Amino acid sequence: MTAMTTTAAPAGPAPAGHVGPLAALRQTMTLAWRSLVQIKHNPWELLDLSIQPIMFLLLFTYVFGGAISGSTGDYLQFALPGLLVQNALFYTLSTAIGLNTDITKGVFDRLRSLPIARTAPLSGRIIADTVKQVWAFALLVGFGMVLGFRVETSVFGLLGALALLVVVALAMSWMSVLIGLKASSPEKVQMIAFSTMMPLTFTSSALVPSRTFPEWLRAWSDINPVTHLADAIRGLLIGGEVATASMVSLLWAAGFAVVFAPLAIRAFRVRV
Amino acid sequence: MQHAIRAEGLVKRYGETRALDGIDLVVPQGRLLGVLGPNGAGKTTAVRILATLLRPDEGRATVGGFDVVRQAHQVRSLVGLTGQYAAVDEMLTGVENLVMIGRLLGMSRADSRRRAAELLERFALSDAGGRAAKTYSGGMRRRLDLAASLVGRPQVLFLDEPTTGLDPRSRTELWSVVRGLMADGVSVLLTTQYLEEADQLADDIVVFDHGRVIASGTSDELKATTGAQVLEVRPLAPADLDLVSQVVADVIGEAPDLTGGRATVSVHDPAAVPAVVRRLDDLGVVATELALRKSSLDEVFLALTGHRAEEEPVTGGEAAEKEEVPA
Repeated sequence: MTAMTTTAAPAGPAPAGHVGPLAALRQTMTLAWRSLVQIKHNPWELLDLSIQPIMFLLLFTYVFGGAISGSTGDYLQFALPGLLVQNALFYTLSTAIGLNTDITKGVFDRLRSLPIARTAPLSGRIIADTVKQVWAFALLVGFGMVLGFRVETSVFGLLGALALLVVVALAMSWMSVLIGLKASSPEKVQMIAFSTMMPLTFTSSALVPSRTFPEWLRAWSDINPVTHLADAIRGLLIGGEVATASMVSLLWAAGFAVVFAPLAIRAFRVRV
Repeated sequence: MQHAIRAEGLVKRYGETRALDGIDLVVPQGRLLGVLGPNGAGKTTAVRILATLLRPDEGRATVGGFDVVRQAHQVRSLVGLTGQYAAVDEMLTGVENLVMIGRLLGMSRADSRRRAAELLERFALSDAGGRAAKTYSGGMRRRLDLAASLVGRPQVLFLDEPTTGLDPRSRTELWSVVRGLMADGVSVLLTTQYLEEADQLADDIVVFDHGRVIASGTSDELKATTGAQVLEVRPLAPADLDLVSQVVADVIGEAPDLTGGRATVSVHDPAAVPAVVRRLDDLGVVATELALRKSSLDEVFLALTGHRAEEEPVTGGEAAEKEEVPA
């Protein structure tokens, strides 16, 4: 350990009392970079991000596809939009897991002890998770096309589907932030994620047409937000009714944000 | 003289328990204050308040002249914090961890890299700089954590039990780093449950117990507060120990402790020592060791609190567990 004499800052100008908007933006981008560069060192996270959706895609298409739709090709056209929805919803909880890991490991406290915008750790993480969402979307659609999926609408339909998923995921991330701040460990977050998202997606029209459901389940499926979102994405990618399903999805998203944003912000204020 | 840290009447309650029950402390510029106390004494709570991570329920504190509640942002730009367990991003490399902090503090990319390289070299981490922090040993993580808290060249440094859970060699290494920082003029508040650590590093010491300051002063002053010194006598022939014990008991008026082949007893009147020597000489007992020394900080702590400093490993166990959470 070599000596160095530059640690104590000379009595410089008095430090500023607040963070300017430009500095806050730069800090947010630095923290977003931090979450994304992690992928480089943690290939498992990259695999999580890429292998899991692809595995689901292969499994559903080739194992259940024929039985559900008569042919794997038909089923792929039906199910890929649903898998996109399932993946996006599951992925919103990575915000909770990341945030919770930072809190339990003490990284959150380190960031809070720095003279940076109070919101930067949160906004940085959400931006990074949105980038990961786009990556997973591109990957699933790309791989689906290799297997024979065709976008039957247009490139605008494709971009619309991506935009709708991102907007809904952002609204959902408020709930994710709340869970991340409140849960006692990352493992618990994972459990909460699994036990809420799994039943929600499987009781919707995301992966199977709901017309074979018993009446009570169908009644539920008709109001399940995942059904509406899956219908909207399906409409945007392979044609069909879009307007109502999208509108209902956006209303659900707005409702989510209205309920969970204040709760999450309050929990965040307590922590910050 | 300006104080780097000044706290008056800090109170923090958690439900019924008072984690802090009216703490006053002062760290003069360029000095190191050791906060000594067992687990649960309120050391970490005090650090968290002074580092703006926690609001006090009562009392006020300033760091570098800025109020920790109303001028938290200014305080944050002056301080560095190293916690009980290393708060580094385990997925990032050593370099990336430090560059991230530099960028957050507004340094350019090039400056951040230069500063990171400088600090890694200083903490003997240059070779490991390109590896993810999760591959680091406990001592390396702790050094990286300390490096992270120095990126912004803080004037005031909080070290919250920086050596808890480290092996003796890493501990000594960290001590020499802290001494180097002191030489640079940084003011430091260091909490520890190791008496030796406070003895080695601290200019001044405050002793915490149950959220209160129960004693303060320099290490020597604290040792003098019990008013006692310790006399140790070891006879050349172990068989003479009983005889020595009798003589000491006669002169001092208190039976000595006889562990380790030595008679050990605390004395309040230094004149008793020559009397013991004369009596032993008369009896023809040769002593290989005969010493009058100050009480150790350990004995002071026992006298002050009625229990030893390194008891109650309750929260220590938690911290150790956090250390071991896998990546």
